[in-house]
Amino acid sequence: MNSIGLFLTIAVFYLFSKLYEKKRAFYLNPVMLSIITIASILHLTGIKYETYMKSAKILSFFLGPAVVSLAIPLYKQRETIKGYSRQIFVGIAFGGTLAILSAFYVAKLLGGSEEVLLSIAPKSITTAIAIGVSEKIGGIPSLTAVLVILTGIFGNAIGIEMLNAFKIKDRVARGLAMGVTSHGLGTARIILNDELSGAVSGLAMALNGVFTSLILPYLIELLQ
Amino acid sequence: MPMYKGLVIIFGFLFIGETLSEIFNLPIPGNVIGMVLLTFAFLFNIIKVEDVEREAEFFIKNMSVMFIPPGVGIISYWGLIKSQAVPIFGALIMSFALTLILTAKFVELLSGGKE
Repeated sequence: MNSIGLFLTIAVFYLFSKLYEKKRAFYLNPVMLSIITIASILHLTGIKYETYMKSAKILSFFLGPAVVSLAIPLYKQRETIKGYSRQIFVGIAFGGTLAILSAFYVAKLLGGSEEVLLSIAPKSITTAIAIGVSEKIGGIPSLTAVLVILTGIFGNAIGIEMLNAFKIKDRVARGLAMGVTSHGLGTARIILNDELSGAVSGLAMALNGVFTSLILPYLIELLQ
Repeated sequence: MPMYKGLVIIFGFLFIGETLSEIFNLPIPGNVIGMVLLTFAFLFNIIKVEDVEREAEFFIKNMSVMFIPPGVGIISYWGLIKSQAVPIFGALIMSFALTLILTAKFVELLSGGKE
């Protein structure tokens, strides 16, 4: 039975990826649907999460080398950084801080418990980094993972429509806001809309991952 | 066996990042430190991009499936999510809208509204 987790994860993800290839709709996001389906299967069959994780954890282990690998797209975008360095660096400092503070304070205002506040604070950075940050600051990595993916789905679904509704035309501003807010899933959408916005978005996502993991632990200490 | 060179570099930087994070008790995850160090290694021509590109792209392309196991862990927190649904989803939606629009407006002001 040891291989059940690995088999289930790959099989379910494969099926939903096939579906997503046929119909690229935001509500068919294969990661989200796989999480819901596998969680339901475990719940219905009574298989424990620990049993599932015995072999499935090998997949999440590879998040480590995957994050290190993000150095490649970061390095390849160095020309974009040169061209728009002021907007990119100041914009990330602004947007990255705003993403943390707004999530933390709105949750607090609505009566969120401490573990919820800590789990939601890193929700705007790329999942792989957010899981590690959540663990470091005492949040619940699983909850963070799901909240990060949901934030990405929002950006993918309605990010461009919202930027249009607020009449934001500047291509760098659009890309940066999308990358800082909705990481990889937002980037995947805006890159189809405009190449420069997409490049800035991908860059903003990577740099905001670094920025947030640097400041969040200290910010949390100040906030508490 | 060209594959091993790329893997040695990637896992080497991961190991260095994790070690630094543990030794100095840093709040930054070891994998992020590894990523930053590898970026600098490219910039200073210590490591050639061609040596790791294929392996790195393999990991990046297959990143989605790696989020599923930690995501499934959410079933252990079902009670928490139900009792905290208002703060969780309220903050998620409000923070998304505020961050997206205010950041875009801010950067547009910085650029002087061109393009």
